[in-house]
Amino acid sequence: MEYSLLFYQGPEDFAARTDPVKRQAFWGAFLPYMKALKAAGVVVAGAGLEPPGTATTLRLKDGKRLVQDGPCAETKEQLAGFFVIDVPNLDAALEWAARYPGRAVEVRPNLPRTQEE
Amino acid sequence: MNVAIDAHGGPDTHRAVERAARESYGRLLAFLASRTRDVEAAEDALADAFTAALTAWPRTGVPEKPEAWLLTAARRRLIDAARRAGAEARVLPVLLDASGEAERTAAAASPFPDERLELLFLCAHPAIDEAVRAPLMLQTVLGLDASRIASAFLAKPSTMGQRLSRAKAKIRDAGMHFEVPAVAVLPERLGAVLQAIYAAYGSGWEDLDGADPRRRGLAAEAIEVGRVLHRLLPAEPEVSGLLALILYCEARRSARRDAAGTYVPLSEQDVTRWSRPMIIEAEGLLSEAARATGGPGRSEPEPGRFQLEAAIQSVHARRAVTGATDWEAIALLYEGLARAAPTVGVLVGRAAAVAEAHGPARGWALLEELPRDAVERYQPYWALAAYLLTRLGRLEDAARAYERAIGLCEDPSAREYLVGQRRALAVQQSGR
Repeated sequence: MEYSLLFYQGPEDFAARTDPVKRQAFWGAFLPYMKALKAAGVVVAGAGLEPPGTATTLRLKDGKRLVQDGPCAETKEQLAGFFVIDVPNLDAALEWAARYPGRAVEVRPNLPRTQEE
Repeated sequence: MNVAIDAHGGPDTHRAVERAARESYGRLLAFLASRTRDVEAAEDALADAFTAALTAWPRTGVPEKPEAWLLTAARRRLIDAARRAGAEARVLPVLLDASGEAERTAAAASPFPDERLELLFLCAHPAIDEAVRAPLMLQTVLGLDASRIASAFLAKPSTMGQRLSRAKAKIRDAGMHFEVPAVAVLPERLGAVLQAIYAAYGSGWEDLDGADPRRRGLAAEAIEVGRVLHRLLPAEPEVSGLLALILYCEARRSARRDAAGTYVPLSEQDVTRWSRPMIIEAEGLLSEAARATGGPGRSEPEPGRFQLEAAIQSVHARRAVTGATDWEAIALLYEGLARAAPTVGVLVGRAAAVAEAHGPARGWALLEELPRDAVERYQPYWALAAYLLTRLGRLEDAARAYERAIGLCEDPSAREYLVGQRRALAVQQSGR
């Protein structure tokens, strides 16, 4: 079964990615985790995302497309990256999520793939 | 051959039949749901059969193979459902397969497999909302309907129904599976199961004597789930501890109110109204737990929270024999409990025990240590404070504490008791 691990980070984490002092500690924790996931052969897809400041959101309002600067929701924690993994069940997905070194991770089952795909 | 049951059997007979029906219902539901992951579909399939069993078995007796009986009664429902299958097309073949497998198993000589332990762990899984864990257990393990559960948990039936369906949808759609957790996480996961059973008992966490009518729970049903768990995990001391604790509390149920319906605190209860068989059973469970704790290679190096709480109740229960309460023993047990589970309720209980054992000044000192914002709206704190301040002769402070306790008390009968205490204090004050 496929699950998405959605990684959320706060502004200070986003800043740490490129901070000359903190960046090593930040990536030092995250890269081994990524490697372990890939080595286990469970990764279907994944990507790290640029900070929310780079986001553009499109909304349908009164039949018109509105283009806005910024992420979809202005929350303290923002989506920072994701993995789609293929594991037997929720407990296995939670196990991988528990090893994520960051602040918060949401685990969501992916919709089953249908024949139409 | 059926187990003979007197057609004019009293409530005990009826209860025995109901228990047997629930026992096989729970086993079948666990069996079907663990294979389909679809609790709701399994419930639908079994609903009519279960209702039929509750009507038929008191007359005919419990069939020798109750699971086979239920499956036969469920077959029509299953076939109907398979015909109608549209949106449920995915789960129905699996359900039919599973029921075929169950039928063969039920017909075989060996007892029907019991996967209710896996079901209990699933109901109390950390991915399931904590508030719905106890209701989900009562529904899946015992087959209780949502409206009955709702009234015990003071929720609207529709709200409770929604919460339950949401949990079941998550079990199905999020790919949660039925298993007994690995040893490394077992204590924590078991703790969640025990907590949910305790919540189902309704006594709540802080209100041991059931004075709070908002959480009246489903006592008999929670005891039943506790017994199921104890049969499945007889060697876990905390499982025995929880069942003992619930039985001690339940043993005192009818002594908690006097003939006029007025609340009677534990220390003033008429011990002849305590249920002796329940206390004896609880004592047995508690010694069982004690034997399983502390020794080399035991799963629990130290007595856990439920075992300690049960031990405290055991000391109280001994008053029926000795005529006195050993407060020093209780105070000592509370020291352990305060380390294992330092909740406000436990810390207030410890202060009460220390006050009885070593004087009101020592008890009051412990109350004063508690953080203000944690106790501000906690009624038992104010009731105890009022009592201790009265004994310390600080009558004005005591009066204020009584007012506070009365204002926070939601049970009319317990409130009346406090009003009586407050009145006695006023007489004492004017007599000065």
